[in-house]
Amino acid sequence: MEGSQREGDADGNIRTSIVVAAAKNLLSKLFRLKHYVMQIVPPRRDRAAARSGDKAGSPREDIMRKRLFATIAFTALTAMTAVSGLLSGAAQAADPIKVGAIVSATGPASFLGDPEKKVLELYADRINKAGGVDGRQVQLTVYDDGGAADKAASFTKRLIESDGVDVIVGGTTTAATMAAVPLVERAGVPFISLAGAVVIVEPVKKWVFKTPHTDRMAAEKVMEDMKKRGLTKLALLSEDSGFGKSGREQTVAVAKERGIELVADETYGAKDTDVTAQLTKIKNNAAAQAVLVFGLGQGPAVVTKNYRQLGISLPIYQSHGVASKEFIRLAGGAAEGVRLPAAGLVVAAQLPDSDPQKKVVTEFTKVYEDSFNTEVSTFAGHAYDGLMIALDAVKRAGGTDKAKLRDAIEQTKGYVGTGGTVTMSAKDHMGLTLDAFHMVEVKQGDWALVK
Amino acid sequence: MNALLHGRLTGLLALGAVIAILPAFLPNNFYLDIAILAGFNAVVCVGLNLLIGYAGQISLGHAGFFGIGAYASGVLVGTYGWPPVLALLAGAAFVGLMAFLVAKPILRLKGHYLAMATLGIGIIVSIVLRTESGLTGGPDGMMVEPFRIFGVELYGEKVWYWVVGVLLLGVVWLSLNLIDSPMGRALRAVHGSEVAAEVVGVDTARFKVLVFVLSAVFASVAGSLFAHYAGLITPAKADFFKSIELVTMVVFGGMASTFGAVVGAVVLTLLPQALTVFQDYQQIVLGGILMATMVFMPKGLLPTLAALIPARRRA
Amino acid sequence: MFAELLQYMLSGLTIGAIYALAGLGFSIIYNASHVINFAQGEFIMVGGMASATLTASGVPLPLAILIGCGGAMLVGVLVAKFAVERARNASTVTLIIITIGASIFLRGVAELIWGKDFKRLDAFSGETPIQILGASMQPQSLWVVGTAGVLIVAIGLFFNKTLTGKAILATSHNRLAAQLVGIDVKRVVLASFALSAALGAIGGAVVAPITFSYTEMGIMLGLKGFTAAVLGGLGHGPGAVAGGLIVGVAEALGAGYISSAYKDAVAFVIILAVLLFMPNGLFGKRGTERV
Repeated sequence: MEGSQREGDADGNIRTSIVVAAAKNLLSKLFRLKHYVMQIVPPRRDRAAARSGDKAGSPREDIMRKRLFATIAFTALTAMTAVSGLLSGAAQAADPIKVGAIVSATGPASFLGDPEKKVLELYADRINKAGGVDGRQVQLTVYDDGGAADKAASFTKRLIESDGVDVIVGGTTTAATMAAVPLVERAGVPFISLAGAVVIVEPVKKWVFKTPHTDRMAAEKVMEDMKKRGLTKLALLSEDSGFGKSGREQTVAVAKERGIELVADETYGAKDTDVTAQLTKIKNNAAAQAVLVFGLGQGPAVVTKNYRQLGISLPIYQSHGVASKEFIRLAGGAAEGVRLPAAGLVVAAQLPDSDPQKKVVTEFTKVYEDSFNTEVSTFAGHAYDGLMIALDAVKRAGGTDKAKLRDAIEQTKGYVGTGGTVTMSAKDHMGLTLDAFHMVEVKQGDWALVK
Repeated sequence: MNALLHGRLTGLLALGAVIAILPAFLPNNFYLDIAILAGFNAVVCVGLNLLIGYAGQISLGHAGFFGIGAYASGVLVGTYGWPPVLALLAGAAFVGLMAFLVAKPILRLKGHYLAMATLGIGIIVSIVLRTESGLTGGPDGMMVEPFRIFGVELYGEKVWYWVVGVLLLGVVWLSLNLIDSPMGRALRAVHGSEVAAEVVGVDTARFKVLVFVLSAVFASVAGSLFAHYAGLITPAKADFFKSIELVTMVVFGGMASTFGAVVGAVVLTLLPQALTVFQDYQQIVLGGILMATMVFMPKGLLPTLAALIPARRRA
Repeated sequence: MFAELLQYMLSGLTIGAIYALAGLGFSIIYNASHVINFAQGEFIMVGGMASATLTASGVPLPLAILIGCGGAMLVGVLVAKFAVERARNASTVTLIIITIGASIFLRGVAELIWGKDFKRLDAFSGETPIQILGASMQPQSLWVVGTAGVLIVAIGLFFNKTLTGKAILATSHNRLAAQLVGIDVKRVVLASFALSAALGAIGGAVVAPITFSYTEMGIMLGLKGFTAAVLGGLGHGPGAVAGGLIVGVAEALGAGYISSAYKDAVAFVIILAVLLFMPNGLFGKRGTERV
């Protein structure tokens, strides 16, 4: 506890000092520039007359144009120098491992992205305090895309072009990941995504990897469970985001393979605060035997609340996009009985001792919860896995040569992480199998393993 | 007349010079990227400034036109295989027509009602783009093919920088000419007092429609080219916030000042990037800057600065 | 069939009540100062966030709402005092941007104080749905509609019976004349911001159990409130209330019968249609422009 407190303070101090330094830098530059501009701008002879309008062709006109030019140049130069000053401000230690990250720390996916950001910062710090990787420090640059794909793309560009990172971890959402993919493929930078959709790694892209389980696996797991309960008719409610859309496609495909009939196919918006209209339709659909909600962030919590409000009694499944205590907290009592596939991390204490993941997830849970005073989520785990796989690959590649690093990531074998045991190959850039997934049910405000 | 041309030319030359020497100061493609984005915003803002600054009409929906242009290019080129130039023109023509059709009834509205109506149009456009995911890829957007013309593919920041630079110069030149034309004077009259202008025989309605259409077309063309440059477009490019951002750029830089619009676009494109160092304080700083500028410089940055610098010197 | 319609109507009226409160807030400020306050949604957010976080830390609900309300009023007065009042003679667009700047600023501050995550506020009287003719309704909806109703009536009385209310009304009719008869116009503007903020904050608090509270909750609610105010005719109080309810119900029906994806578009389609035929909204008065 005490340790984390001090870390927090140090962090705050550093941030303040950066801001102060940046402001000082900016001010001094402004003053110098202003001085310069004063010299080239001629004095205005008659203010009143000048204000009365632009008389074409007068010498005043000429002066005004020049002044205009000077002002434009002044503003543009100030802005440019300010930005470049701000961006390249920090002094760098000798040859660190540059890890870039793009997460959705704000916006509709913030309950995924915020823990991811925290974990990356926490572990980069811990690793550095323990001496770094092969004696090299980890230099982490995190940007928040606010859940917007276009921002993710522009930050990816910034990481590659301006920050010159060796490897990128992130893309909290599928959309952010897919926006970054063409850029990393072109630039040839190893990229480990934290998003769920199967499209990220199928077809395999040379530089792109991912840590979470896929939506396809989630759909398979859910239908496996439905079969066990003797349910065959499913109503689907998916989010209109990249994750939800991919999830919907996978659900449709898997349903066909497994002989499950899709009797309703509704969508909702990621920021919707009321989905009773869609649920009313599902409620009035006599054929439905179970409902699957495919979405992430707070949307599924809204759905779950509305679900109970409308008094629908069918079994409800969620995807792995809600595997966070945050979901239970938001949905409150309505979450009781919701089932979803999740990584072993959320049920660490309930895993049998024989489980290979037991040690890793128990330890990670302890570190996380001690540091942040909140409960661990699978998303925090995805970020941990991403960072560890990347750094492990740096060790094996003997450096940060991008091509070697990529090969080393692809050769990751038997890495036991929070998501399961990862063994990648040229054909599989995720490396997880279905048994890394556990069906859990919300019971008394906590996750319980479904036996 | 000669002198007038001269004055206009000086501004243009100055802008041209800034555009020409700027790349020498930019250390890498990321900065070039920001400059390009600023350029696209500036193109839209110059058009919007004609509407807000000179015709005195507010539009809180211009991002909608930008978005239509962008998606016209994205969809027509990507899905239907049109040549990019044709798609760009089709988008611009569609936007022009749409703006023309809605202009008459909408520009009858005054003040806040006009703001509401344009805001509504913008939001409806962005919702359509977000919802028709079969065509547009939905909320997460769609990939757009690179721009090809005469068998040459425009690709990379270095090429696009010059494309945008030339486009901006062209748009500024057009705008300056328009302002100095008889129509421009009529436009300024409209901003002064519409009723008075009408009394002295200026057909204000016609001018307002024309400027509305023109500014919409500027936005559409910028949108089309942006789509090809960025390679990824999302409905966020058409939404309410983008519209507000554009209006803010115009007002921030200085209403009724073409170069002010350019400066506003450049500063406000840079600001969020520069503010990433403030991390959690980003929004506070951005909001604070907006408020402070408008409270203390209600005329906008450029006109206020232009008045301030010599005044100080004299004192 | 009927149950379905009723279900949509109930959802629509609940959210419509919040739009009505927001719309009323827009109208009150517009009347007193001719400013469209785009930070209105942020008042709702402050109310929602404050009540959710305070109750979570053990403060009794009524007190939490009261504190949230007071906080929002303070914020409202500050915005009026330091941003709007100083830019008194600025153009419409400039004023709009000032209030937008204020809303971004407030969201930033809120994010700093309360964090980015969603806050949960328990429903005031349980979550057991009430069954009405086959439709089910949350008890919280009754709270929302009831609170909005009481507030709207109270505002009506305030404007027609109290001296302060009459002063605000007088200012809205003729600013100069009001000043001449000794009304402190500046204080009227401050009072109108405080009042709107209070309305928004209470609205935010009662709706929070339904929508969750988060720092961006005010954006869409604010825009819909603006739509409601324009629909009813800017500055027309009862019009704003009617506008809010119309928008809310139309949205719910649109989501149910047309397409849930186009739910948010419904409000704006209505407003465009109305403005085409009634350029001053449903109940707005026709204005003449002075030269």
